[in-house]
Amino acid sequence: MKYWNEPVECADRERLNQIKTMRLIDTVKRVYFNVPHYRNKMQDYGLVPEDIKSLDDLKKLPFTTKQDLRDTYPYGLFATPLSEIVRIHASSGTTGKQTVVGYTRNDLTIWSEVMARTLIAAGADKHSFIQVAYGYGLFTGGLGVHYGAERIGASVIPISVGNTKRQVQLMVDFGTTLIACTPSYALYLAETIDELGIDKSELKLKSGVFGAEPWSENMRKEIELKLNLKAHDIYGLSEIIGPGVSFECEYQEGLHINEDHFIPEIINPETGEVLPEGSIGELVFTTVTKEGLPLIRYRTRDITSLNYEKCKCGRTLVRMNKVMGRTDDMIIVRGVNVFPTQIESVLLEIGDTSPHYQLIVDRVNNLDVLEVLVEVSENLFSDEVKKLEDLDRKITKAIEDTLGISVKVRLVEPKTIERSEGKAKRVIDKRKY
Amino acid sequence: MLVKQISVFLENKSGRLAEVTKLLGENDIQILALSIADTTDFGILRLIVNKPDIALEVLKENGYTVSGTEVIGISVEDKPGGLSRVLEILFKYDVSIEYMYAFVGKITDEALVILKVDRPEFAIKVLRENNIKILDPKDVYTM
Ligand SMILES: [Zn+2]
Repeated sequence: MKYWNEPVECADRERLNQIKTMRLIDTVKRVYFNVPHYRNKMQDYGLVPEDIKSLDDLKKLPFTTKQDLRDTYPYGLFATPLSEIVRIHASSGTTGKQTVVGYTRNDLTIWSEVMARTLIAAGADKHSFIQVAYGYGLFTGGLGVHYGAERIGASVIPISVGNTKRQVQLMVDFGTTLIACTPSYALYLAETIDELGIDKSELKLKSGVFGAEPWSENMRKEIELKLNLKAHDIYGLSEIIGPGVSFECEYQEGLHINEDHFIPEIINPETGEVLPEGSIGELVFTTVTKEGLPLIRYRTRDITSLNYEKCKCGRTLVRMNKVMGRTDDMIIVRGVNVFPTQIESVLLEIGDTSPHYQLIVDRVNNLDVLEVLVEVSENLFSDEVKKLEDLDRKITKAIEDTLGISVKVRLVEPKTIERSEGKAKRVIDKRKY
Repeated sequence: MLVKQISVFLENKSGRLAEVTKLLGENDIQILALSIADTTDFGILRLIVNKPDIALEVLKENGYTVSGTEVIGISVEDKPGGLSRVLEILFKYDVSIEYMYAFVGKITDEALVILKVDRPEFAIKVLRENNIKILDPKDVYTM
């Protein structure tokens, strides 16, 4: 089986947009009449539900942020009577107050549907043995994957996270074909398999769905090599539904968004303006089928871009690129979005080891100036000035090619860049506005 | 016959050179020759010392980016044209000089010169064939 829901996953754009429009109009009405918070906000903007007639009108609506969820804690944004809510999850709340999300029976069906699409795209079917090593509980990972796996008729092994040796033993005994966990736990499992002296040929793993934390292409290669499987990125957030908001197909060229349920937009995080197709910016979602907790233009703070091209897999569902970072890490230099991770990957390519670096932004004669400090490690150092100057030029050019703006690279001595609790401060913004 | 030179990466900040020389002094390491190659942002400090391996270790431990480089030490007649003869030989054999600096020795009235070339073993061979005096590392370190 290649698709779970081919009519939607491969629908032509016009048909998809029709579905999205209908559902958007319906959702706006529901929140206007059922959620005072949204009604007040829309009234502040001088909007009535009838003003939203097309997808293009989406940009008229106010944003929702994590702070709105905190301010209305626990049930202030719920759009159905609490008697209709059949499940409650909560976000981890690592910073600030935790937030609560609630699902109606129909919401759980949608969640299973989008997770079913995700698992099928990762090569699973009813013959699969799916080991769910995400945490079960208030965190949405475990139960999200679990219900999706049951939906496609696979055999679910609901082991949750931890107890790693037992995980590995069951993987062998039960013939697990798909593992679902965080990418870092996947690497830990691989190490444990080696430690236990288990031959990889005893494993039946074919694929994995890994999410809940950002991970790089290099990490993908490592996981695929060590566990001998195909590693698929999955994306989700509890506010929108949980895992299954978007998923990777076998081509691993971006994550297909289940946009018939969650409409994505990319905005400039500073101005809130919607950016043209292909631009990098903050990902925003509007849920258009959820009953319990519909969210209008929810700002994820994740930075990515959207690709509307039809995928080689046949799906037309829009793809989001791997998340590049969070809005908190982003700086805007001369109108260009810059992430420390972009600089980091350039330096990794040149120096082959994890570099220490720092970005200093300043404004000189009304022009933003970006200086990149790079600590000269032993593998970069040469006793010849010419070679160090070549290195400086090479780094400068590679960064300029990546960012599309000019930079000044300055080679500095080791330990010049301040370390705070093991984590370096990557950006110093000296601009005065 | 190659002499071990210590190269240190230094930012152009005041006091950095003094710190390095102080550190070496405290560890009983004697500086025999020194040269600095400068750019606007950084410099490369090149040192010939009596105990190069210990110096490397001490500098590394103190967080400097350092490397050991093999260079050639020669002595030339301390009179006009003395050095140009050496350069002519190297040019003739197509050996290119990355950098060089002079060196004040205590034992002779000859001028001592440090050369970093692209093909050190070959350079030693042709210099020797042309009767240029190559310094023995052991003699250099005990100067
Ligand atoms: Zn695809």
